[in-house]
Amino acid sequence: MQSDDVIWSVINQQFCSYKVKTVTQNFCRNEYNVTGFCNRQSCPLANSRYATVREQEGTLYLFVKTIEPLEQIDKELTHWPNFTIHKCKQRVTKITQYLIKMRRMRLRQEPKLIGVKKKLDRREAVRERKALSAAKLERSIQAELIERLKSKAYGDAPLNVNEEVWQAVLDQERKGKDKLMDGGELEMEDDETEEELEEELEEEWDEDEEGWGDREFVSDVSESEGEDDGSSDLEGIASGEGSEEGEEGEESEEDKESTKKTALGKRKAAPRSQKPPRKGPEKKAKRGPRVEVEYEQEMESVPLTKEMLANW
Amino acid sequence: MGTGRFEPSSIKNKIKREEVARKFKKNKGQSKLQRRLALAKEEATNPAAKKKRQLQNVPRTLDNTREFDPSMLTADPSASTSASTSTAATNDPSSSNSQPQDPSQLPQDESLTDISSDPFAEYFSGAADPSVPPKVLVTTSQKATRVTYEFCEELVGIFPGAELIRRKKGKGSEMGKIAGWAADRGYGHLLVVNEDMKKPNAITVVYLPSGPTAYFKLTSIELSKQISGHARPTPHFPELVLNGFVTRLGHTVGRLFQTFFPPMPEFQGRQVVTLHNQRDFLFFRRHRYAFRSTEKVALQEIGPRFTLKLRSLRKGLPAVKNFGEVAKDLEFDAFENAGEKDQLHASEVNAEDDHADEQIADEEGSERPVKLKKTLPPKEDEYQWVWKPELETTRRTFFL
Repeated sequence: MQSDDVIWSVINQQFCSYKVKTVTQNFCRNEYNVTGFCNRQSCPLANSRYATVREQEGTLYLFVKTIEPLEQIDKELTHWPNFTIHKCKQRVTKITQYLIKMRRMRLRQEPKLIGVKKKLDRREAVRERKALSAAKLERSIQAELIERLKSKAYGDAPLNVNEEVWQAVLDQERKGKDKLMDGGELEMEDDETEEELEEELEEEWDEDEEGWGDREFVSDVSESEGEDDGSSDLEGIASGEGSEEGEEGEESEEDKESTKKTALGKRKAAPRSQKPPRKGPEKKAKRGPRVEVEYEQEMESVPLTKEMLANW
Repeated sequence: MGTGRFEPSSIKNKIKREEVARKFKKNKGQSKLQRRLALAKEEATNPAAKKKRQLQNVPRTLDNTREFDPSMLTADPSASTSASTSTAATNDPSSSNSQPQDPSQLPQDESLTDISSDPFAEYFSGAADPSVPPKVLVTTSQKATRVTYEFCEELVGIFPGAELIRRKKGKGSEMGKIAGWAADRGYGHLLVVNEDMKKPNAITVVYLPSGPTAYFKLTSIELSKQISGHARPTPHFPELVLNGFVTRLGHTVGRLFQTFFPPMPEFQGRQVVTLHNQRDFLFFRRHRYAFRSTEKVALQEIGPRFTLKLRSLRKGLPAVKNFGEVAKDLEFDAFENAGEKDQLHASEVNAEDDHADEQIADEEGSERPVKLKKTLPPKEDEYQWVWKPELETTRRTFFL
């Protein structure tokens, strides 16, 4: 048999494939090494009597290298150098501890680590930016709030609106209703003669608007331009003022054109002295002409431009 | 005139060629500019023409050309699916009446029944007291930092009825276990803000009694103090605006969000919370509004703004795989003539294990004196929807 010392001198001075050299320490990569260092005492190759403790698949085994291979473990441990016994015991402790921790950790739920995908993140960041600009957030929120206000989702006396604004909303709604009723009435007017129409119109205007007797009246319209124009003007103005009723959507174009018509200006300019002011019973049925008058007045006195509204 | 237009590239002299090309390009740009200026001038006086042009030139956008999703919910039953099937029915009089009707109404019926039986039905049925805000438990992932806690404080300000509780580290504080604990104590939601690299990056929303858990990626966080000119929030219950939720999944998410807030907002507070879905990104905003006229609302931004993107939706509470299980004892190979020292050590180690286990058991026992019904999290996760990159087959595919 070989002598331990000879082996050690070869290993230490010449070459050992298990040796790992660092600045301060030499390590031994041999799996049966009891301490992990490359020492005379710890080298498994250079000690004919050697023991170590290793774990395989969760169970600990005592490996004993002996001259007689089938030695009993306890005999080894009683008669062995303290160094070996000590180091073996240390290994036992360490291995059992880490095995316990492994078992406990398996029951814990560690946070799942997901890799950061740079390309994906970059792509999504760009898409988010574009989606944000496509979303037009403020505009959509404003539109939604206005719609809720107009659809009376806030009830009849809402707490979140200015009194004047709420009145304006109610007015618009009423005008919208009038316009609706106009639509119904104009059909009825077909049956009437023009004279009757004129009379009714006069009545409406006179009794409705105080002090508006001097202004020009829709009778011009009914006489000169016919009912269609009158209605279109009406509707045009109504939608031009921005109410969002669905029926008026289609007429919006006409409206704008009609409001721009110089005819309006003409109408405004030409005073009507022919029709003397006359009081008459209010006729809810004939709201059309009355409404026209209103519009004209508004165009003159309070044009509902955006500046006016802002300064309300 | 067979010759096309003159190409500057046919000039061989580089200097001359470059000159000519530059001139061409400049002229082209100028003519376009003049045309646009003329158009703008014309339309300044004639908004009708502008409208007409806009109606004609509707641009194609990703939102316009979105891929059709059969789970899209529409307001009226006469959806495209029903229309097509009804035409089929009329074409085929021999087929029974019931059959063609059922598939056409199926999406609508299904959605109605789903909505009536989904986990949020309780909230919408008006069972809860409308003046009491639903309780929300806000917490973070383990070992969170200051940034995340700041964000959590903002979240607590957003939801009336929210509380922040710091998360412990270790075995007992799994998300599912916390969800069960909170459910027993009457919370309506659990919000877990996940942190990565000292920044919040995800939110897990658990709807509590036994409801779905949604996991969102969280980006673009701006706290109130970072928003210039921000408004101050008040404790009034806010209004909700939920835009852009089209599909079934989108509706689920929208309703989940709705349940965070009390059903009856306090309009006096004039606060509106918006969750706007655009191309699967949920933009959260909080504003204070004031009606300036019948057409104008002024908005001042309060509160934090952030973006969410849904990553997954699970059916029940978050699962806890080994809930309340105890570690197995360490086993030593039983040699017949096992060394005494070995045995001693083995027994010592065993004793340590047992002690540790007993301690754990004791802790759990001491938590139980308050007799609440125990809501246990499930063992396995049941995913209803998971985002995967391969789901996005085209640029126009969206899921919410």
